[in-house]
Amino acid sequence: MSELKQVKKMALMGDEAVAYAVKQADVDVIAAYPITPQTIIVERLSKYVADGELNAAFIQAESEHSAISICLGAALTGARTFTSTASQGLALMHEILHAASSMRAPIVMAIANRALNSPLNIHCDHSDVMNARDTGWIHLFANNVQQAYDLTLMAFKIAEDPELLLPVSVNLDGFILTHSVEPLEVLSDEEVLQYIPHVPYPYRIDFDKPLAYGVMALPDTYMEFRRQLYEVILKTPEVFRKAADSFSRISGRTYGLVSPYLVEDAEIIIVALGSTVETLRYVAKKFRQRGVKIGVVGLTMYRPFPEKELAKILENAKCVGVMDRAYSYGGVGGPLYTDVLTTLYKNGIKTLAADFVYGLGGRDFKLIDAEELFKKLINAIEVGRFDRDIYWWGVKE
Amino acid sequence: MIEIRWHGRGGQGVVTVSDILARSAILEGMYAQHFPEFGPERSGAPVKAFTRISDEPIEIHSGIYNPDIIVIIDQGMSRSFQSYLEGLKENGLLFLNLGDDFSKLDKSILPRGVKVYIVNARKISIEESGRPIFNIPMLGCLVKVLSMPSIKTIEEVLSKRFSEELVEANIKILRRAYNEVRLVE
Repeated sequence: MSELKQVKKMALMGDEAVAYAVKQADVDVIAAYPITPQTIIVERLSKYVADGELNAAFIQAESEHSAISICLGAALTGARTFTSTASQGLALMHEILHAASSMRAPIVMAIANRALNSPLNIHCDHSDVMNARDTGWIHLFANNVQQAYDLTLMAFKIAEDPELLLPVSVNLDGFILTHSVEPLEVLSDEEVLQYIPHVPYPYRIDFDKPLAYGVMALPDTYMEFRRQLYEVILKTPEVFRKAADSFSRISGRTYGLVSPYLVEDAEIIIVALGSTVETLRYVAKKFRQRGVKIGVVGLTMYRPFPEKELAKILENAKCVGVMDRAYSYGGVGGPLYTDVLTTLYKNGIKTLAADFVYGLGGRDFKLIDAEELFKKLINAIEVGRFDRDIYWWGVKE
Repeated sequence: MIEIRWHGRGGQGVVTVSDILARSAILEGMYAQHFPEFGPERSGAPVKAFTRISDEPIEIHSGIYNPDIIVIIDQGMSRSFQSYLEGLKENGLLFLNLGDDFSKLDKSILPRGVKVYIVNARKISIEESGRPIFNIPMLGCLVKVLSMPSIKTIEEVLSKRFSEELVEANIKILRRAYNEVRLVE
């Protein structure tokens, strides 16, 4: 029983926690190119391999484009495959991201979320992963270091599920989580391999039984291939639930597609991704003590979008605040806002909603920023409207 | 929850010492969090690091603006001194890397009730190891006043990162500072 066993507590940075999980997952191939703030992940992994603690091929590629290409080829041979990147590195991978999902390569990638040029900035925002939003990858978001570890293990379980065979990204906020030391509970190596045993990849490259991979498809067949991707990724919620159930039995920690907090009777609900979810929870708890009916919902899985789960949480809200750490320039709002508005509309939910673009390039989202934001939402209910639909929160105006 | 902000300059081990404190506190069963503020990563540039220690899980993932404790690793009363003090809570603690001459310390610029602790980190580290090390002596002062984490735990954390020789030298420095920290009356 998990509650009876002695739990091993460690102190690790987010990057170290991811590397530790990858080592325990006993990956076969790691291909990467170093980039801040994920560098520590591949540094640790290369040390594990050099010290003989992990029996894997560690390939330092000459670019991220090559790194992900190596991962794609390796995954199709049936190797358990990992890479990690951030920012410009993910942008450089972009064309192969599409190939990886449509060729059904169960790669796991950590993204140490970081802003994009220009101007050059090494700090956190979600512009990198939002560019990869429509690539057919499953995108998971960690709120803290423990989750970065847990979700990395779950990512292998989800990616390699024979129902899916899709690549998964685990997102952790650059510096805020990658370079934060926090306590975490880890599983034993045996427990991890019990949870994610090596399973043969059903369509692996086999020279005795040759198959065609990544072929050309003309207008008479292309659409059917894409239709398959459309259908298969929608199976993710079910696979996620299974993966979370068995993870919970081993670890005692339970994950859902969304993580609702104090939402039951909430009039105001904030939707967010990443480490900010916890900061918002901390402040929401204080507002609750003052009688404000406020709740927070974090999305553990961003793609596929947990529309049904989110709609259920938002259906009775009077006012919804959406936190976007990226923007769709010239669009109707930030990427998360657009998803939330669509969810509200498709599910017939009538509520006030506004977008809060925050924290770009690592601008700190302070407790006071959260408090002011909550006041804005309270005020919107009182006067029946927001004075804008998109706020750049914390920008110097 | 105790919130600590560390100030110093690139090359003084500001980030490392906050990291070591957090790992030691976690090893002793507490909840703790360390995170750096990465400004320009240049030797000599001002660097901040943050530590939170609590007996409950820590949910906040933002900077520390009203610390309970400020530790200034930077030697003496540098030009940045006053800016380092920003946001220090009333009745907070301030740890300074000062020699015996602290007459220049103007306590009137401090918030009400702040207690000031000093240690001569340069003297201690040069005597013990032959080179100036500022971060570990400041940690020695801090753990003496906080009564945690234990020197033994810190030694364990240091051992995971540094050679035996270096750990030994650092622990000697830590112990000296632990014993020599003074409250400025």
